[in-house]
Amino acid sequence: MHIPDGYLSPQTYLPLYGVSFAFWAIALRKLKSELSVKHIPYLAMTAAFSFIIQMFNIPIPGGTTGHAVGAGIAALLLGPWTAVIAVSVALIIQAIVFGDGGITAIGANCFNMAVVMPFTSYWVFKLAMGKSKNLSSPLFSKGGKGGFARLSIASFLSGYIGLSISAVITAVEFGIQPIIAADADGKPLYAPYPLSVAVPVMALEHLLLFGIIEGVVTAMLLKYFLKHEPDAVYAIRGDRQ
Amino acid sequence: MTGFQKKLWIALIIMALLSPLGIILPQKFNAGDAWGEWGTDTLEKFLGYVPEGLKKMADIWKAPIADYNLGDENASFIVQIVSYIISGILGITLVGGVVYLITRLLVKKG
Repeated sequence: MHIPDGYLSPQTYLPLYGVSFAFWAIALRKLKSELSVKHIPYLAMTAAFSFIIQMFNIPIPGGTTGHAVGAGIAALLLGPWTAVIAVSVALIIQAIVFGDGGITAIGANCFNMAVVMPFTSYWVFKLAMGKSKNLSSPLFSKGGKGGFARLSIASFLSGYIGLSISAVITAVEFGIQPIIAADADGKPLYAPYPLSVAVPVMALEHLLLFGIIEGVVTAMLLKYFLKHEPDAVYAIRGDRQ
Repeated sequence: MTGFQKKLWIALIIMALLSPLGIILPQKFNAGDAWGEWGTDTLEKFLGYVPEGLKKMADIWKAPIADYNLGDENASFIVQIVSYIISGILGITLVGGVVYLITRLLVKKG
């Protein structure tokens, strides 16, 4: 899902740089006013986690590979705005140091994986949790009725749908290239595959495999944190306020 | 640093040590690049040509550790595996470090 240099036309990557800049500016301002010092280590670790989980390429036998992004758990632990910063830092280092994702596509890649994904994941989680209150630890003791199952499903869907939507948005960026940038003969100048190919391929591989991995990772880590350090979990803290 | 946090950092380093699975498994299952992340050689094979604009921009940036590989394109699989682990640890350090730096500068609230 890391768009390389050359796949997006300037009329696509420049506006997406603009959008990502706007989100970074707001996110940094929110970080300054809302983040407390005790949460900084979790921010750093979540960003590092997003970096390392992306190195675990998962094969579709005989086909392509993909991976989780970690933006689902980032959104639940840190809140969507702080997650924007965490995942963006991971993506920018990947592009600059490791050539994973293009330099020109940093804005696009950050928009797809560090903006669209954490916000989708967070909203899905909130929606799936509904009005369930008292999410803090008592629910987690074995006696909790139904809450545990609901939380598992909500956090799984948060990662699963977050990654899948992010993949579809990426596919749309690929797929519109032949329409908006072709030479005189109608040959594409940048990403060559049309929407009718890009969207189904990207959607299916993420819905059938990579999204499931993201969902499982999100659910497992959220439970781990709720058990050991519930105060570090933004999505639950938010409910108590 | 709390004991819990220390445990998490150790878990991240263990993930870096295991990260070569991310290149070994795709090789075992004969899986290629992620969709839409092909190099120009692969595109040429798929399409019979490389789109003009794409060709011009593809190599705009020379990453210091391109593809998480410290060797060249023909590096042996062992070199790639070792490079991958080093990249993982370096990445964790860089990403964690940059985030610390940004937040140290911005966040004052206790």
